[in-house]
Amino acid sequence: MSVDTETGRRATAAPPSGDVPPAIELRGISKAFGSVQANKDIDILVARGTIHGIIGENGAGKSTLMSILYGFYKADKGEIFIGGKLTTIPDSQSAIRAGIGMVFQHFKLVQNFTVLENVILGAEEGRLLAPSLAKARKVLAELAAEYELDVDPDALVQDLSVGLQQRVEILKALYRHADILILDEPTGVLTPDEADHLFRILQGLKDQGKTIVMITHKLREIMEITDNVSVMRRGTMVATVKTAETSPEDLAELMVGRKVLMHVPKGPANPGKVVLEVENLAVRDEHKVERLRGISLQIRAGEILGIAGVAGNGQSELLAVLGGFANGTGKIRVNGVELDLTGRHSDGQSRRAQGIAHVPEDRQSLGLIMDFTAWENMAFGYHNAPEYQKNWLLMDNDALRADTDKKMATYDIRPPIATLAAKNFSGGNQQKIVVAREMERNPDLLLIGQPTRGVDIGAIEFIHKQIIALRDAGKAILLVSVELDEIMSIADRIAVMFDGRIMGERDPATTNERELGLLMAGMGEASAAPTKGAA
Amino acid sequence: MMDRLPRWADVVLVPLISLLLAAGISALTLLAIGASPMEALTTMVTGALGTPYAWGYTLYYTTSFIFTGLSVIVAFHAGLFNIGGEGQAQLGGLGVALVCLAVPWPHWTLALPAAMLGAALFGAAWAAIPAYLQVRRGSHIVITTIMFNYIGAALIVYMLVNVLRPKGQMDPASAHFPPGSNLPTLHELPGFSLIFTKQVPANVTLFIALLACWLVWVLLWRTRMGYQIRAFGKSDKAARYAGISPFKVTMVAMLISGALAGLMSINNVMGESERLLQNSSEGAGFIGIAVALMGRNHPFGVFLAALLFGFLYQGGAEIGLWTSIPIELRIVVQGLVILFTGALDQMVRMMLGLVFRPRKAEAA
Repeated sequence: MSVDTETGRRATAAPPSGDVPPAIELRGISKAFGSVQANKDIDILVARGTIHGIIGENGAGKSTLMSILYGFYKADKGEIFIGGKLTTIPDSQSAIRAGIGMVFQHFKLVQNFTVLENVILGAEEGRLLAPSLAKARKVLAELAAEYELDVDPDALVQDLSVGLQQRVEILKALYRHADILILDEPTGVLTPDEADHLFRILQGLKDQGKTIVMITHKLREIMEITDNVSVMRRGTMVATVKTAETSPEDLAELMVGRKVLMHVPKGPANPGKVVLEVENLAVRDEHKVERLRGISLQIRAGEILGIAGVAGNGQSELLAVLGGFANGTGKIRVNGVELDLTGRHSDGQSRRAQGIAHVPEDRQSLGLIMDFTAWENMAFGYHNAPEYQKNWLLMDNDALRADTDKKMATYDIRPPIATLAAKNFSGGNQQKIVVAREMERNPDLLLIGQPTRGVDIGAIEFIHKQIIALRDAGKAILLVSVELDEIMSIADRIAVMFDGRIMGERDPATTNERELGLLMAGMGEASAAPTKGAA
Repeated sequence: MMDRLPRWADVVLVPLISLLLAAGISALTLLAIGASPMEALTTMVTGALGTPYAWGYTLYYTTSFIFTGLSVIVAFHAGLFNIGGEGQAQLGGLGVALVCLAVPWPHWTLALPAAMLGAALFGAAWAAIPAYLQVRRGSHIVITTIMFNYIGAALIVYMLVNVLRPKGQMDPASAHFPPGSNLPTLHELPGFSLIFTKQVPANVTLFIALLACWLVWVLLWRTRMGYQIRAFGKSDKAARYAGISPFKVTMVAMLISGALAGLMSINNVMGESERLLQNSSEGAGFIGIAVALMGRNHPFGVFLAALLFGFLYQGGAEIGLWTSIPIELRIVVQGLVILFTGALDQMVRMMLGLVFRPRKAEAA
C-alpha cells in the first residue's frame, strides 16, 4: 500500500519527493479489549505535509488507533514509525517528544486559567513562572501571525467561545513543537463559520509542512479538506484512498459495508391543522439567568420544524419545557389545549397524556436508565401504561418483555436481547431503543433532540426514515439538531435559535448553510431589533 | 473498570474475601494481645451455631438485622442514604409500647397486627420529616436522619421518664406488657419446640422478617412504585424526564424505609424485653447499613448478611462469657467486618479488578 503525496486538488508547498519518509507509518497494529478486537492488523501510511482523514462508524476503532499513537494504550502487536524511525510510545510524554500533538474532542483546558497559563501548563521551565510566560507570549504572537491563530493570551479560557478554546488546544500542541497534529472530531461543536476558519488554519499548517490527521464522521469535511482518507470498519482498515478520487457515497459504503442513502428521500410536506402553538415562552434557569427569551412558534400536523443553532442557545430548555421537566412562562397549546408550565401538571406524565412524545437530546442521562435492562427502559416514562400492568399493584413484566422483543425486531435493535442493560448497547442501538419507545406511542407531537448524535451512518438513515414516516402519518415533529446537514435534509421549515431567541425562519429549499450560519452566530434580522429594555 | 467484575465474583467473591481479610486481621489482633484466635473461633461457632439453643439467639439478632437492613436498601434504591434506622427503630418501639399498653389484648394474634401497625407508623413518621426536608428544603438526608437519631433517643427518654414509667419504678422503662400481647418464641411454637427445647429469644417475628424480605423484593422489582424508586435512584434527572415525581418517590421510599426500621421493634420490644427500654435498638439500626452493603442491596443478600451479623453478635457475646478475651474485642471483630465488607469493599473490588482485567477489560 502506498499513498501518493501529490494532492491533486490543491497546490501545496514543496511536495516531498519519494525518499522523504512518511510522517506516520503504522504496521500491523492490533489491540484487543477482552474479547473485543478494537484494532485488527492495521496498516496506515500518512505522508508528510498532508491532511489525512480517518473515518468510520462509532466503535470502528478510530479513537483506539489514535490513542495508541498518542500513548494512551499500548498495542498488543505492531510497529509505529514516526518520520521513518521505529518509535515506541509508552505514554503521551513520549508522543509529544516524537512531535505528535493531539486535540481532543473534549478539550483538556483549565477553565479558570488564562490562555497563556494553559499553554505552558506542563511545559513550564524552571521554578518561576514569569520567564516561561514571557517566552510563551512571544511564541504565541508568532504562531498567531503565521497561522491565523489569534487568541488573546490573557483571556480566561472560561470566557472563550468553543471555537477559540479549540484554537488554544492547537496552540498548546504547536507550542510543544508538534509536527503531527491529530484532531478528534474537531468540528463537532463549531458553527459552520468557525469550522471554515479551522480549516483555513489547518490548511496553513499543512502549507508549512505540518502533517494533520483528522478523525471525523462528517463526510462533507473529509471531502472538503483532506488529501487522503482512510476508512475503518469494525477494527480493520478497509481502504485508504485519495480524496480527489472518491465520493461521499463511496466512503459511506466503505464505512458501513453496504449502500447507504445519504439523503433519505422525502416527499413534500402536507401540513394540516396546528398541533403545537408556542407563544412568548420564557425560561429562567436556577441561577435566574434567562435561557429562553420570548419564543413563539407553530407546528402543524404532518410537518417537521427543524431548530438549528449552536448547542447551548436555548434548544435544550425549549425541549425541557415542552417535555415537562422545566418550568416556564408564556403559553403552549397542543391541539388547542393549553399546557401547564408550572406546578403539578407540568410534568412528563401529563405531557405524555397530552400526546407528546420526547426523544431527548441526551439519551444517556435523560432518555435511558443505563443500568436498567432494555425491557425496563422500554417502559421508561410509560410505566403507568395500562398494557404494562398485571393488576393494581404489579407490573406485567412478561407483557413488557414481549413488547420489547417486538420493538427490537421492528427497529432492528442489536443485539436483540431484551435483558441486556442499556449501557451495553452501542450508541446507535441505545438511540433506537429510545426512538422505538417514543415513536411506537403514536404521539401527536414528537419532540426529538439530536436524533443522530453519536449514531452510526446506517442507523442515521433508519432514524431519518422513521421521522419522515411519522410526519407522513400526519404527526407534528419538532426536530432540534446541531447538525445543519441533518436539519436541511429532513426539516420542512427551519428556525434558527441564538441566545434564547429565534433569529429567523427559513425554507430549507431556498436557504443555504452560509445564511443559516450567520443566523446561528446571532447575525440576522432579530438581532437588529431592539432587545428588551434596550429600546 | 470497577463494575466490570463478573457477576459471580461481585456477589460471592467480594464479600468472601472481605470477610477473610476481616477474620485475618481479627486473628492478628487476638495474637497481639496474647489470646488464641482458634479458641475465639471455636467459642464463637459453638456458641452461635453449635446447638439449637445457640441458633435461637443468633436468629433473634438476625431478625432485627433483616428489618434494619431492608430499611436501608429500600431508601438506597431511591438514592437516599437513611442512617436514621436507629431512631426509627426506637420510635417504632414507642409505637409498639403504646399499642400493647393501651389495649388489654386477649391473644397475641390480635395484638401482633396492631403492634406492627403501631411500629410501622411511628418508624415511618420519624423518617417522614427528614424525607420532607430533603425533597422540599434540600436538607441532606444523611445529616437530618443522624440528627433525628439523637432527637428520637431524647424523645424516648422523655416518654419513659415522664409518661410511660409506672409510679414508683426507678429505672426509665415502661411497664411490662400484659401477657395477652406476648409473642411466642420458637420454643413455644408447636413443631419448633421439638428443635428448640430450651427457651430462646428468637420468636415469631423471624417469619415476619422473612416475609418482609420477599415483600421488599416484590416491591422493588415487581411493582410500578418499585420501578419508579429504582429509576429515581439511578438518575433523578432521567426520572424527571420520565415524569416520575421526586417528591412522591422520596416520601414513599423513606416512609417504607422508616416503617421497616420501626418493625424491628416487634422483635426486640414486643418479642423479647416485653417492655420499652432506653436505647431499645442497641445499634441494630447502624448494623443495618453494613448488612445492606454486604447484602448488595438485595433482600436475599440482606437475609444472608443478617445471618452473618447475627452470628457475629451472638458469637461475640459468647467470647465475653466463656473466655478470658476482653469483651471489647467482640466490638473490634464486628468493627473489622463492617470496615472490610462495607467501607473497604471497593478496595477488594479493585484488587479483583486487576485479577480479572486481562480477560474482562473495558471495551472500545
